[in-house]
Amino acid sequence: MNRRGFFDIFLGGGIAALGAAVLYPLVRFVIPPEQPEATVSQVVAAKVGELAPNSGKIFRFGKDPAILVMTPNGQYRAFTAICTHLDCTVQYSSEMQQIWCACHNGHYDLNGNNISGPPPAPLAAYSVSVRGDQILVSKA
Amino acid sequence: MSEPATHSGISQWLDERLGWHAIKELALHKRVPMHKHSIWYYLGGMTLFCFLVQIVTGIFLLLYYRPTAEAAFESVEFIMTDVKFGWLIRSIHSWSANLMIFFAFVHMFSVFFLRAYRRPRELTWVSGAFLLFLSLGFGFSGYLLPWNQLAYFATKVGTDILGQIPLIGEWLLTVARGGEDVTGATLTRFFGVHVAVLPMISTFFLLGHLALVQKQGMSVPIGEEYKKTRQMPFIPNFALRDLVGWTLALGILVLLASLFPWELGEKADPLASAPAGIRPEWFFCFMFQTLKYIPGKVWFINGELLGIIAFGLGGAALVLVPFLDRRAAREERHKWLPVIGWLVILYIIVFTVLAYVV
Amino acid sequence: MKMLRTDFILRFLIAVSIAVLATFVLAPQDTRAKATGNSCVDCHSEIPDKQLSDPVKGVESDIHHAKGLGCQDCHGGDPTKGMAEGDPELAHNPAKGFVGAPTSKEIPDFCAKCHSDVEFMKRYNPKLRVDQLLEYRSSKHGKLLETGDGKVATCVSCHGVHGILAVSDTRSPVFRANAPGTCAKCHANAGYMKPYGIPTNQFDLYKSSVHGMQLLEKGDLAAPACNNCHGNHGATPPGLTSIAFACGECHANNRDFFNQSPHKEAYTKMGLGECTTCHNHHDIAKPTDAMLGVGERALCVRCHSQGDKGFETAAKMAVELDTLKLTLNLAHELLTRAEQGGINVRLGKYDLHTADDALIKARTAIHYFDFDKFHEVSGAGVTEARQVITQGEEALHDLRIRQIGLGVSVPIILWVALALYLRIRRMEREKPF
Repeated sequence: MNRRGFFDIFLGGGIAALGAAVLYPLVRFVIPPEQPEATVSQVVAAKVGELAPNSGKIFRFGKDPAILVMTPNGQYRAFTAICTHLDCTVQYSSEMQQIWCACHNGHYDLNGNNISGPPPAPLAAYSVSVRGDQILVSKA
Repeated sequence: MSEPATHSGISQWLDERLGWHAIKELALHKRVPMHKHSIWYYLGGMTLFCFLVQIVTGIFLLLYYRPTAEAAFESVEFIMTDVKFGWLIRSIHSWSANLMIFFAFVHMFSVFFLRAYRRPRELTWVSGAFLLFLSLGFGFSGYLLPWNQLAYFATKVGTDILGQIPLIGEWLLTVARGGEDVTGATLTRFFGVHVAVLPMISTFFLLGHLALVQKQGMSVPIGEEYKKTRQMPFIPNFALRDLVGWTLALGILVLLASLFPWELGEKADPLASAPAGIRPEWFFCFMFQTLKYIPGKVWFINGELLGIIAFGLGGAALVLVPFLDRRAAREERHKWLPVIGWLVILYIIVFTVLAYVV
Repeated sequence: MKMLRTDFILRFLIAVSIAVLATFVLAPQDTRAKATGNSCVDCHSEIPDKQLSDPVKGVESDIHHAKGLGCQDCHGGDPTKGMAEGDPELAHNPAKGFVGAPTSKEIPDFCAKCHSDVEFMKRYNPKLRVDQLLEYRSSKHGKLLETGDGKVATCVSCHGVHGILAVSDTRSPVFRANAPGTCAKCHANAGYMKPYGIPTNQFDLYKSSVHGMQLLEKGDLAAPACNNCHGNHGATPPGLTSIAFACGECHANNRDFFNQSPHKEAYTKMGLGECTTCHNHHDIAKPTDAMLGVGERALCVRCHSQGDKGFETAAKMAVELDTLKLTLNLAHELLTRAEQGGINVRLGKYDLHTADDALIKARTAIHYFDFDKFHEVSGAGVTEARQVITQGEEALHDLRIRQIGLGVSVPIILWVALALYLRIRRMEREKPF
């Protein structure tokens, strides 16, 4: 191989490698990820029928937990599930018909108001809507 | 590339339809004069490279971006975290935008100090000045698109300035924001401007700018004589050098994007109080900082309005430089024009630094 | 004087003209400050002695006044008489129930006239309690008052007088955030408290306590004031079987766990206060993890010593709590590092909530004073945190792959730049321009 040929291969190979290095990320970018859509400020918290009256469910809202409650008379309510006392995750207590934080026995009513125990403030409420068989929860 | 034009079948076919050889002749005809200031000839190309990177990465970002107040932030977050190499594409888009404006400024000042705008290149300068304004427009409209806290408030402050303009200010503000306040409507508007309006106008000006450069060839500084300088063929010699520069620029972009990924911040919350340190992008900082220093009332005129008028006049003066500098047209050096140029650079640097330090 | 002249003018004017008279009949009334037609108010507001005139001004913001009650509803007497006649004694009529100002000993019954009257109170505020007098009589204050001590607190000492505000009014001295200061008016006054031989530093201790800081500095109205432990009308040094009942009102889990613990019986036997032995009272500090274990600042070693079972449990629990904290710290750190590198860690952060919960629950579960029960909670936390650590490590692995990608692409770029440079050099050597 002469000197000239070597330089041509050196340049050609470089351009090919660079082309690959540029194209690879672009191709990977175009292939949609597993979850093909951005999660917006609205999430599907549950399916209709998943919750019985007087029960609740924790679901993920972004990076934080939230709670969906079906009240004993069949209304859906949703709140942040982060206790206002020390950030524990609250749960629904069918027995007490209240939202309850196990860490320090904090109680919230079904409007999110702190009614007993150490929580100093109510749980922030989210709005709930039903579309088809999906229960959608969105921030305010 | 360096081979002489062979009239192969395809070449022949194209020539019959496009006048291919005429174009090729025009391209091969261009020569670049070599002298001690030749280095500055590369900056326009650098700016162009960044612009091309913007087009490519911008189109890719469009695949996932959503221009609504509810989804914009989340979609950018999605691009950054869920889409493969999304972080890279977005970071390159942001870094390349900043580099483009930086190179555009340097390119402009180099042309200014070399007086390359003088006859017959006045229109090249004018189109370049408009391209700079368009770049700033790209920067301003693009800044809001991730819909984060900082961008939201910076846009609020930035558009507020429009409202200061007498008579039509109110109206202008409403049109710019798509309503009285910065909302999802503003975002949609800015998105449209960023991805459709500005690219269209920019392409028009850019093609004109490049055609003029091609037609008139490179300017030589006053004192050098074009015919006496050594001349390098634009194709392939200068173009290959340009490519080396572009490759290195790509390397710098990749390094910046990987080592300093562009931050996303917190989602914009119109009800939250303005975060500390709201600041527009760095290339607006000198104007932003100046407006801060102008007192509320100067004599009987609103101070901010005075600042806006001053910047408006400054912009007009920039466009009209080739027509203001009568001496350059006679191939004479202007005594104090370079001084003004240096003062402007000093002013921009000092006020930009002040915006970050104070 | 004024009245005489008015009469004179009136008589003079009658002789002149009836029409002009009408004008002047109104005029003299304007010379009075503000005649309300209520002789208590009209007369007392003009008395130079402030002690007698101030109540008129003060009562304007009073809740009783706002509900439509007048002076006579508490003090008796006849507000329709006395002014025109120029004789206060007509208003101060004992036959009309006039009692004047009660002495401090009389005050509780004075207020209770209405406040213990169920039928009466119902008309104004049906949900207001009516047992205050009963409670007060049971209080230390009430008992001392019985013995004739006029210095002790009565209703007005805390609620104020002529200007009494609703308890929910933030300006009220008995509003939760103001209550500690109100108690301290007397209880922090060394001279005043001297005859009783009790400490006067409670308010200072409380102010620096976790409850005091929360209520007085952060304005957290859920934090307890003096009365939440001592009672208000029935204020006594905790007359509870145990202070734990008072603490347990809010710290329910701690109480329940403690009651199941071996400490419960031991403390009762030894006559130790259940919560106060470790947490003190009044100056209840924010608990630290150093209180657990066998270290220098640990409280367990006050009673337990090397060799006994409690010592061993304390040591084991402290180690386990430390493990949980260290694991959590690592999990937090890994996620933060990954996030700063631009990696999506939303899922990890969500899982971290559960792990963080475990630390809080474990700190409460200490009160079982039983290693196995404690371990159930803290061990679960350690497992959760380890899972998050795995996620964090995966995220950091992604980050390293990015760096490798960078490491590969930059040399390629440099390679192309170099190849282009060589190409230019060769070309220009072969064919100089």
